[in-house]
Amino acid sequence: MLTNWLYVGLFIIVALVLPAVTIIVPRFIAPKKPNRIKVDVYECGIETVGEAWVQFKVQYYIFALVFLVFDIETVFLYPWAVAFDKLPLFAVMEGVLFIALLLAGLVYLWRKGVLEWA
Amino acid sequence: MTGLEFVFVLIAALTLFSAVMVVTTPNMVRAALWLILALFGVAGTFVLLNAAFLAVVQVVVYIGAIAVLMIFAIMLTRKVMKDSGPQTNSTWGLAALIAAALFGGLTFALTRSPAATLMAPDFSTVSDPVAELGRALVSPQAYVIPFEVASVLLLAAMIGAIYVAWKK
Repeated sequence: MLTNWLYVGLFIIVALVLPAVTIIVPRFIAPKKPNRIKVDVYECGIETVGEAWVQFKVQYYIFALVFLVFDIETVFLYPWAVAFDKLPLFAVMEGVLFIALLLAGLVYLWRKGVLEWA
Repeated sequence: MTGLEFVFVLIAALTLFSAVMVVTTPNMVRAALWLILALFGVAGTFVLLNAAFLAVVQVVVYIGAIAVLMIFAIMLTRKVMKDSGPQTNSTWGLAALIAAALFGGLTFALTRSPAATLMAPDFSTVSDPVAELGRALVSPQAYVIPFEVASVLLLAAMIGAIYVAWKK
């Protein structure tokens, strides 16, 4: 069981080392001819406006709040999904009922206009 | 020291260091990022305790949702982002004393209790604990009622949160 997690640990190490190498190595071997445009902050290729430390819209928080609920739904559905092929039809329907109840919440949000990005 | 103990010490040190950074970093956004690292260390501890499902829950819920919620909450309040006031207030000494006493007391009580010598139950006969949990969650002989009640609870939490937070 724990040996399987060794692979996860290995992936974490690779995921840390690889970006670090791609950042550090060019620092030593790349030629440096900086100008004002080159050292500017990169933001998807468009020109940056203002600071990075801006105040967020409240909508992000509402979305995060709803996401939290569906995230906890995932925690319940994950073991259900793992056991899915060994479950009788009745048990599968239990999971479907679980999803349907939460879908009612989604419909409520939708009707209330929470999902619209004003 | 075995390899497993070495990994535990590494993860514990990372968790504790991040936890200290959470309370000492003046910038709230950076504190939230340190908190993510601390929660990640807790997930690693769950893995070492053979509680793989809890580790997944820790990453999915705490890092994936609650940390994001916290960062959004911080970024909603512009003043908190700029504010770097003092990190301590007048009662920090008392708080440190109580925390140390609680830690000492818990360590004392737990090392004395008979549970300290108990070994973890052997689950090696169970081929897939997560599948077993999944079967138990929807089995009428086990936890199907709490499972469905949890869904109703989540629905109520979602509608309640939106009702409170959404004004238009």
